[in-house]
Amino acid sequence: MAVQLPIFMDNHSTTRVDPRVLEAMLPYFTDDFGNAASRTHAFGWKAEAAIEASRETIARFIGAESGREIVFTSGATEADNLAIKGIAEYYGAKGKHLVTSAIEHKAVLDSCKRLEKDGFSVTYLPVGKDGLVEPAAVEQAIRRDTILVSVMLANNEVGTVQSLEEIGKITRAKGVLFHTDAVQGIGKTPFDVRKMNVDLASLTAHKIYGPKGIGALYVRRSRPRVRLVAQMDGGGHERGNRSGTLNVPGAVGFAKALELYEREGAAENERILGLRQRLYDKLTGRLEKVELNGDWERRLPGNLNVSFSFVEGEAMMMAIKDVAVSSGSACTSASLEPSYVLRAMGLDEDLAHSSIRFGIGRFNTEEEVDYVAELVAAEVERLRAMSPLYEMYQEGIDLKSIQWSAH
Amino acid sequence: MAYSDKVIDHYENPRNVGTLDKADEAVGTGLVGAPACGDVMRLQIRVNDDGIIEDARFKTFGCGSAIASSSLATEWIKGRHIDEAATLKNSQIAEELNLPPVKIHCSVLAEDAVKSAIEDYRKKQAVRRALAGEGASRADLAGEEASV
Ligand SMILES: Cc1ncc(COP(=O)(O)O)c(C=O)c1O
Ligand code: FES
Repeated sequence: MAVQLPIFMDNHSTTRVDPRVLEAMLPYFTDDFGNAASRTHAFGWKAEAAIEASRETIARFIGAESGREIVFTSGATEADNLAIKGIAEYYGAKGKHLVTSAIEHKAVLDSCKRLEKDGFSVTYLPVGKDGLVEPAAVEQAIRRDTILVSVMLANNEVGTVQSLEEIGKITRAKGVLFHTDAVQGIGKTPFDVRKMNVDLASLTAHKIYGPKGIGALYVRRSRPRVRLVAQMDGGGHERGNRSGTLNVPGAVGFAKALELYEREGAAENERILGLRQRLYDKLTGRLEKVELNGDWERRLPGNLNVSFSFVEGEAMMMAIKDVAVSSGSACTSASLEPSYVLRAMGLDEDLAHSSIRFGIGRFNTEEEVDYVAELVAAEVERLRAMSPLYEMYQEGIDLKSIQWSAH
Repeated sequence: MAYSDKVIDHYENPRNVGTLDKADEAVGTGLVGAPACGDVMRLQIRVNDDGIIEDARFKTFGCGSAIASSSLATEWIKGRHIDEAATLKNSQIAEELNLPPVKIHCSVLAEDAVKSAIEDYRKKQAVRRALAGEGASRADLAGEEASV
């Protein structure tokens, strides 16, 4: 079967809406378009019923006790902001210290930065070369004035899956609230707020074949009951936690996306893992000096983040322009700084510039993987033939021994 | 980021990729940038006795704009006198390739690489003259200087 170009292999950035999700959503744009807050007529009741059913599905999927623990938001950026700033504002009188990791999404890191300007202090835990946070480091970082620990379920660049169960044991024992940005891991790796003692969790639909613009914050309501201060003022929707007319089709699509995972997730993850292995085997079978970034075992099934030594990432992406992937190279960013995640992992900067993230998803096929592996290998060879670093490597010159002219 | 057609052309069909013998007296080598910064350019020139750049070669580790800048630079300096080649400005490269502001430094690197290759060549020549001067007559030296 011939592959269709372009190929989308960047499923950490977003995903295609599953046709079954779209189908479930459609009626809520047309016949059932009511406002879920309208208490006085059938249009409103129908919308509200759809919202409540969606809440229940989401709650069930993450092991929450009830749908009332789900606060709908516009996505995970908003959920992260609400969790961190909302908790800080509510519990700020109790303590002004937070613990997070250096590889969190910017929605978490920049929320923390904002709090630092407001007099809070934040500990950014380092990660090892494996891209993992040491639970013991969480324990050591917790102080008497710590109110929140925020560690993501899975990283969006290197796909590493953190030990939430161990971290949750620590936070629970110390009486500190535990937030996780579960965006990348949900459906793809086990996640259960009860088992992991998670008190707040940020979710978004568009990474799981649902629509963009809808997400949720799980907020535990018992043992302990978590309180927060709303960051969006208005009509008092979502029990006052987040004002704004609810995105009914979005919520329905979000729930449908999770239902598909309930039914098909295990088989799908198995298949995607096979594709990831196939891609890795083909690339490393043909090319030397392909460095894996992040732990191999504790990783999302669809994630492959590798550095093709001696080849710059943006040049690589330009070479494979019919394949959508992403790179931690500085050249792709306005800041000209390579990925902070890879740097936090202690990766040599040149390797950070050479990194490519493949994100394999539901709609990728074996044929696509074969095509991508072939194309990438050929282009890496072409670019290495043009690379002074590769030539030096072949001549046995240690690149670290050279005095480079920094600029 | 959208690339200009000229960047794409040079990137897909780079001119003058390759390596010259850096031990050769007639070859000047410029190596600029740093792996940690994500860009390294090596540009080499072979200069004849009249000071004309007969051949220019490059290898670049960097983004598409960096590869295109070095490719274009080699194309421009080939056949020119080193004094003229030394006046090449990064702005000319940036303009020709239509580089956006964030990619200007790629053209700066190409300018630096050309200058550094010429400097290396001149140094080699100075050493050669100095060595030659020890045994050779003043007439030889003068003759050589006139041609440089
Ligand atoms: C780990 C993580 N957190 C948060 C977000 C932001 O989610 P959203 O696009 O729903 O705001 C993303 C995706 O961009 C992500 O990967
Ligand atoms: S080499 Fe990094 S932007 Fe051109």
